[in-house]
Amino acid sequence: MATSTYPLLEVENLSVAFPVSGGFGFGRRSVHAVNDVSLRIQAGETLGLVGESGSGKSTLGRAILHLERATAGTVRFEGRLITGGLPSDIASLREQTAMIFQDPFSSLNPRQTIGEGIAEVLRVHGKAQGAAIPARVGELLTLVGLDPEHATRRPQALSGGQCQRAGIARALAIEPRLIVADECVAALDVSIQAQIINLLMDLRERMGLAILFIAHDLAVVRRLCDRVAVMYLGRIVEMGPTHTIFDQPLHPYTSALVAAIPEIDPDRPLPADLLRGEPPSPLSIPAGCPFHPRCIHALPACGHGPAPGLRHRADHAFACVLHDRSSDSIHPVTKGALQHE
Amino acid sequence: MTATQSVAAIGRRVLPGGNTLTVGIVILAAWVLVALLCPWIAPFDPISQDADATLLPPNPAHPFGTDNFGRDILSRVMWGTRIDLQICFIGVAFPFVLGTIVGAVSGYVGGALDTLLMRLIDIVLAFPFLVLMLAIIAILGPGISSFYIAMAMVGWVSYARLVRSQVLSLKHRDFILAARSLGYSHGRILFFHLLPNALASSIVFAMSDCVLVLLSGASVSYLGLGVQPPVAEWGVMVAEGQGFITTAWWITTFPGLAIVALAMGFSFLADGLGDKLGARP
Amino acid sequence: MTLLRVSDLTIQDRLGTALVDGVSLSVDRGEILGLVGESGSGKTLACRAMMRLLPGEGLTIRGGEIRLNGADVLTYGEKQMMAVRGREIGMIFQNPASHLNPVMTIGRQIAEGRRRHFGASRREARQHAIELLRQVGIPDPASRVDNYPHEFSGGMRQRAMIAVALACEPKLLIADEPTTALDVTVQMQVLHLLRDLRDRLGLAVILITHDLGVVAQTCDRIAVMYAGRLCETGGKREVLGAPLHPYTRGLIECQPSSDGGAGRMITIQGQPPLAQRFPAGCRFHPRCGSATAECASVQPEMRVEPGADSHAAACHHAASVVNRGMVHGH
Repeated sequence: MATSTYPLLEVENLSVAFPVSGGFGFGRRSVHAVNDVSLRIQAGETLGLVGESGSGKSTLGRAILHLERATAGTVRFEGRLITGGLPSDIASLREQTAMIFQDPFSSLNPRQTIGEGIAEVLRVHGKAQGAAIPARVGELLTLVGLDPEHATRRPQALSGGQCQRAGIARALAIEPRLIVADECVAALDVSIQAQIINLLMDLRERMGLAILFIAHDLAVVRRLCDRVAVMYLGRIVEMGPTHTIFDQPLHPYTSALVAAIPEIDPDRPLPADLLRGEPPSPLSIPAGCPFHPRCIHALPACGHGPAPGLRHRADHAFACVLHDRSSDSIHPVTKGALQHE
Repeated sequence: MTATQSVAAIGRRVLPGGNTLTVGIVILAAWVLVALLCPWIAPFDPISQDADATLLPPNPAHPFGTDNFGRDILSRVMWGTRIDLQICFIGVAFPFVLGTIVGAVSGYVGGALDTLLMRLIDIVLAFPFLVLMLAIIAILGPGISSFYIAMAMVGWVSYARLVRSQVLSLKHRDFILAARSLGYSHGRILFFHLLPNALASSIVFAMSDCVLVLLSGASVSYLGLGVQPPVAEWGVMVAEGQGFITTAWWITTFPGLAIVALAMGFSFLADGLGDKLGARP
Repeated sequence: MTLLRVSDLTIQDRLGTALVDGVSLSVDRGEILGLVGESGSGKTLACRAMMRLLPGEGLTIRGGEIRLNGADVLTYGEKQMMAVRGREIGMIFQNPASHLNPVMTIGRQIAEGRRRHFGASRREARQHAIELLRQVGIPDPASRVDNYPHEFSGGMRQRAMIAVALACEPKLLIADEPTTALDVTVQMQVLHLLRDLRDRLGLAVILITHDLGVVAQTCDRIAVMYAGRLCETGGKREVLGAPLHPYTRGLIECQPSSDGGAGRMITIQGQPPLAQRFPAGCRFHPRCGSATAECASVQPEMRVEPGADSHAAACHHAASVVNRGMVHGH
């Protein structure tokens, strides 16, 4: 494969909106699930996408794989335009990307055995023919830590962790370069969660996979990802290398999320509440900085005008105006939140 | 299908372990055997008349008695199995296939096509089932093929609605999204991933529908619009015997019991399959 | 003072498999007990038994005692139980959306129990509902009381469910994974609320969770369950700081945040057994790194660690687990 000068994935100003009908079908509104998002993923890189429910992180993941129609902006995979692109470009996207899902049971066809599901991928994408198929299925199952005998089982006969492994094996059958993992460990038991994270780490190393890891569990993201993007109400509010995001978050939302990670330290008190109120609905996004109603540092100016854009500081970007106020680079918000050394 | 369900419910209470599937299969297998073997096991020709043996009550030579033309009822019931099983099978298969395709496409494609097809279904449903069937048969002219055509034209709506509702609830499930993310074509997703999961409840429904078809076939024949005499068909036999109900009860009773027995077989099968496939009729 | 003492509780399914096997627990007034375990560990079932609300048919309580204020509720009739449910023990669940009645206002749902158990008038019950909503931190409770559940956000619904559970002033609140479905920030708020209720009302709480982080920050004592049996109980500092049972240790180690977060994670190999295939001996032994022949054949009993007054574990090798010096450093 000729290595191009393009990044593996390039998303620019992507927006996704869904129409919703108001009461009795009057007054059509739309939910802006994803709003003006730009990001890049290089080959072999793992980008964590975090945020609360309703932040639009899953929608973004699906829009990147062209499973959700973008209303504005572009997605390019290896430089080829995917949004509104040619069928051949989308076919090439499908040849090189795969997705793993949150619910390991419901993402597998209940009427197919694990082996049939994987074999179907191999056949459709011409990755193996005839007698080579069962051999390859066995190989893939072994790769994800299952027994080749599991090929004859149906999802119902497997545990959650085994199903998730089967889902990963099916994704790998494509021989993808990018995997979008949507909350893929959230539904699993803690001990199984760690096994799946390790598996993803292994695979990434062995196959040079790029992963878009969508999760709400920041501890897992910290463990696995090279870079992290934080979403709030459809926008990326902060993005940067993992250690920077966790150690020196610049957006007050990120610091609140980081501080809220429950740690197994009996002597650490339950952190003080760093957010006000409840997450607003994506149906009525506040004016100004969308985060200002919950921000404990919000200034009157935060409630007006357009949403603040991302400011870049080296490889770190954040969407908060508070930093302009203080002359030094560390702003008042993070001082309080830096509990992780 | 309340009648079907209550038959099955009785069966459940009587049968240990509620093994209705096996019982259903056994009953149906018995009828299929009768249909296959009737040239050899039927004691008489079903349509040959015998003026010396009219209206005989059940006796060793004619266990089910004879009718007013001297035809052996037992033989006629046996031969009737062929026609009635055929009515059940074809009468269900056409609507099943047609309804499934319409329902699946309607649910999967959605939008204007879905609206159009659903309105069409509403129109068909606006007419009482039998009235519409009889109207179609009357236009096409009496006969068994008219009955099949009418059945297909009226019966598909139930299957279409059932399959559509299944497809609608399945198409947002993760495994369908997964199939899309794996680059599968729409046809593949619809026929290999959605349909196998959507079919369970309509297969179960088809089994109970057999009962309905059997009864409609009998009623249509009874009205003289379906199978034509002298062919042995249970509905026709019941119709022919009604004039003698006070003097020769056996003419109507035995074909009537045959209808009940076959219907029970289908009911049990529907109930058992429902358990097996995880769908209730 | 002990409010609830469960001893040797055993729950069997139709096939005679002990889904909960000889579990003993106790909760004091004003104490938060963290009940930790993975799916299928029997933690939810054990708590349902305290309410005598076992889900599904074929599950029976086959032994043990559940003493609430000294009286064994297992001997109670259905009528006496109805006076216990809600009034003595309240319960909240993981998914408030499915446990609140969607066609009844929040206020009516809170008032319902009050009117039933206390015979309060409609107006009194409504005033009380508003007061409760204020206590659980719902802004503008006087107008929110007439809202329906779908008008509340996830976190507010969980608060509303807590208000429903508190309406009859129970002494014990069983919280079954109350924060699992919530975002971390909202989770923190709900945990704050539980702590606050404990402090103000002297409420005892059994917090069922799989998240040791939640336990560490919220609970006073911890009980760990695995495959229907209790593995370890004790104060949170003892259990988290010096776990005696290899399973507890494994659970702590496999949390992603455990060791600063880099590289491969420590895991517990294999997976939790299904109820029909619970192994003989110690049920954890097939997944345990330090299992011996004894573990595969002899079921370990809960033993109090010498020198620790309430820290107990069911492990033949508890001493050596400690000796290996696993301490969660942070």
